Amino acid sequence: MTQLESPTTTGLHTVEVTVNGQARSAEVEARMLLAHFLRQTLGLTGTHIGCDTTSCGACAVLVDGTPVKSCTVLAVQVHGAEITTVEGLAKGGQLHPIQQAFHEEHGLQCGFCTPGMMLTSVAFLKENPSPTDEEIRWALSGQICRCTGYQNIVNAVQAAATTMREA
Amino acid sequence: MSTTHEVRGVGHSVKRKEDARFIQGRGQYFDDITLPGMLHMEILRSPYAHARLKSIDTTAASALPGVVAVVTGELMAQHNLAWMPTLSGDTQAVLVTDKVRYQGQEVACVIAESAYVAKDALELIEVEYEPLDAVTSPQQSSAEGAPLIRDEKEGQTDNHVYHWEAGDKDSTDRAFAEADHVVALDTFYPRCHPAPLECCGCIADVNPATGKATIYLTSQAPHAHRTLFAIVAGLPEQNIRIISPDLGGGFGNKVPIYPGYVVATAASLLIGRPVKWVEDRTGNLISTGFARDYHMRGELAVKDGKMTGLRATLLSDQGAFYADAQPSKFRAGLFHIVTGSYDIPAAHVVADGWYTNKAPGGVAYRCSFRVTEASYLIERLVDNAAHELDVDATQFRLDNFIQPEQFPYHSATGFVYDSGNYPEAMRIALEKLGYEDLRREQEEARKEGRLLGIGISSFTEVVGAGHGKEYDIAGLRMFDSAELRVHPTGKAILKLGVKAQGQGHETTFAQIVAEELGIPYEDVEVQEGDTDNTPYGLGTYASRSTPVAGAATTVISRKLREKAREIAAHLLEASADDIEFEAGRFFVKGSPESAKTIQDVAFAAYTNLPDGMEAGLEGVTYYDPPNMTFPFGTYAVVVEVDRGTGQWKPLRVVAVDDCGVRINPMIVEGQIMGGLTEGYAIAAMQLIDFDEDGNCIGSNFTDYLIPTAWETPEFEIGELSTPSPHHPLGAKGVGESPTVGSPAAYVNAVIDALWHAGVKNIDMPLTPDKVWAAMNEAGIAE
Repeated sequence: MTQLESPTTTGLHTVEVTVNGQARSAEVEARMLLAHFLRQTLGLTGTHIGCDTTSCGACAVLVDGTPVKSCTVLAVQVHGAEITTVEGLAKGGQLHPIQQAFHEEHGLQCGFCTPGMMLTSVAFLKENPSPTDEEIRWALSGQICRCTGYQNIVNAVQAAATTMREA
Repeated sequence: MSTTHEVRGVGHSVKRKEDARFIQGRGQYFDDITLPGMLHMEILRSPYAHARLKSIDTTAASALPGVVAVVTGELMAQHNLAWMPTLSGDTQAVLVTDKVRYQGQEVACVIAESAYVAKDALELIEVEYEPLDAVTSPQQSSAEGAPLIRDEKEGQTDNHVYHWEAGDKDSTDRAFAEADHVVALDTFYPRCHPAPLECCGCIADVNPATGKATIYLTSQAPHAHRTLFAIVAGLPEQNIRIISPDLGGGFGNKVPIYPGYVVATAASLLIGRPVKWVEDRTGNLISTGFARDYHMRGELAVKDGKMTGLRATLLSDQGAFYADAQPSKFRAGLFHIVTGSYDIPAAHVVADGWYTNKAPGGVAYRCSFRVTEASYLIERLVDNAAHELDVDATQFRLDNFIQPEQFPYHSATGFVYDSGNYPEAMRIALEKLGYEDLRREQEEARKEGRLLGIGISSFTEVVGAGHGKEYDIAGLRMFDSAELRVHPTGKAILKLGVKAQGQGHETTFAQIVAEELGIPYEDVEVQEGDTDNTPYGLGTYASRSTPVAGAATTVISRKLREKAREIAAHLLEASADDIEFEAGRFFVKGSPESAKTIQDVAFAAYTNLPDGMEAGLEGVTYYDPPNMTFPFGTYAVVVEVDRGTGQWKPLRVVAVDDCGVRINPMIVEGQIMGGLTEGYAIAAMQLIDFDEDGNCIGSNFTDYLIPTAWETPEFEIGELSTPSPHHPLGAKGVGESPTVGSPAAYVNAVIDALWHAGVKNIDMPLTPDKVWAAMNEAGIAE
């Protein structure tokens, strides 16, 4: 009879990444999702999981500056990459303009979608520093918020755009 | 607004205190918590909607390294936990022992060292089912010879759950006999799901040495859940501590107790280690608290342009277990608010609930116990009546509104409306919309072959349960509580029995203390969710936090203010009767210049008291409201329907809400916009559907459609404030008004665009295919 074996004991891989400016490395299973790697292995619980099907965007993080839904990326796929999570947005005790704007414009309620919304917005504003409301809505169309109705999120992204242009 | 910019009491749009942790990824949702030695639980769910359970073989799953236990219904039955009570007095299977009754029902659980291993083990459990015919609608369920779903219930010979009536049949029959016109509408409010972005789950941590069970739970009602846990599991209540941490939304989904909570707790008790269960999205959508699923017939009697009678006949699809989260004496929730904003002298509601092979729930999804269904029926019916009578839909409403001088208003079904000004809300909305011009524009557009529609909904809600004599959850009276502790340095902690899921309680309730005591809102910390450290309360749903816990906060603040007045009198060497209070300062009448601040008085409460007075400035109060509150408003939606595709787009959405006094207007408007979006979602796309075998269509976010920023319209917000006469601040609650009131406005707008061609109804969600099919039948599709 074949001995049953858990995949956890087989095929561990080393993942070396820079997360929020810090070098991190761990031995992980090939099947480990990036979202779980960030939350469980590295303890960065600001990245949330809302749907399991790449639909809601709560788990979005920046991989080399590009927003990706970390529930659908394997940790081993980001070996060598630079990752930014919500915990890395504020610098030196100063909130990032997008964080300040979400607060000022009441762009969040329960807060669960907020990290993904902000990180996607940061990447978008880098590409398009002076967007229209419609462009913002399109850029965020891979993110779901169940609380706010989006209008204040759009206002927040506009407010952050203004601050970032003036900086 | 009576307080200063520094103190920020009622009426100030202060930024939220809770934001700091959320924008920095430092919130603490239950899944963010890891305990030493923690195990992980995953649930095996039934692929069948109705099937006899023949056998379960857990041998291979149990043998997988890393698996600690495989729990089946048989094991739960050994501990008398295979079944549990529901919030509506029925029973629900925790894990299946006899047969599965809906797709997604919990069959077995694996407890393992990691969630990945637990999921692997699920694949190794061998279950043999004998499939049975599935029942997927109340029409099927009530038909002769329908399969008996609840065959385990003694005395249950059919699938009927309840019969319930409200209002008066005879006077209603008379009104119909005497009517000039009778307008009828058959409509189905389909099943949908609250789908908060965070799914449900828990960490159960039973200390094997002390027996203390600490349960981190996605709970909108932690105190009620503690009591129910004590009753279900037979644990001593002082040994149960429910901690409801940050919640990623709730919307009613986190009111019931789910089998996963019970199994995780039992497993932790038996194994002696913490057990975490994180529900996945599919589990959330196919097994936890659904909403609506009401088949409704409404009939309106009209005489001389006045509404004289209303009949509503309901068939409620309850799923396999009757688990509505609602006050126990009202079997169809508060549906009898169905007379809405109108002075209808006679009304009669007849409701029947039926079991089906669908998930149980019947939660109040961002609504106060079936008020949404009621509001939808009356507002659709009134709009259709206006079309049929060929009168303007706004004028028909104005002609029939309960007038401001009629409050308090006794409705035909037994409610006493506290306050309202319906014509004024309508006037503001129409002015904002530019109604007359839009009607002309609609005519012009129609000549060009474009389909514009204007939809109105002038809703009235009933929220803020109780009073406790009438309203309960599982027998627990619906009061709520507030405990306020003012520290010697004048800073305060407020502890509440309710539990926010994004509503901003930490800010709003601090503002109430600021208003009443003059302590700056930033100096007031608000704590909720930990049953060991907050006073008993019934929780947050049915828009009850501000009406009930807000009132409790006001009352306890005022009680402490009276004690503070006596301390101030002592400090100022005067009689308490001569002491005035204004914005955080106590002074002798006529001498405002020599005042003692609330901070001075708080310090004195611990350092320099009058003889014979107890030390401290702390207190707790339990508030049982004298009546419900009745928020109202008018929503107006303009849509354009595409003849070629059936797609419809809201061009304008105007919302005028009257929720009484607004404590934090920014937060109130945020709630309104969120609710308008969920109303749009329900009208346009959100649907939990089933095929004939009972397979759930809508089991993930690619099938259960939720609007993003791209689809969601922009909102124009208007405001009116008619204080509640019985709430100490005049506030009414707002979180649910837009979900309750707006679906009818969106649908009325689409029907208004198509009525001229003969389209009188399309049931939600108004997906393009359904709208196109209706247009095609009417001969106006392209």
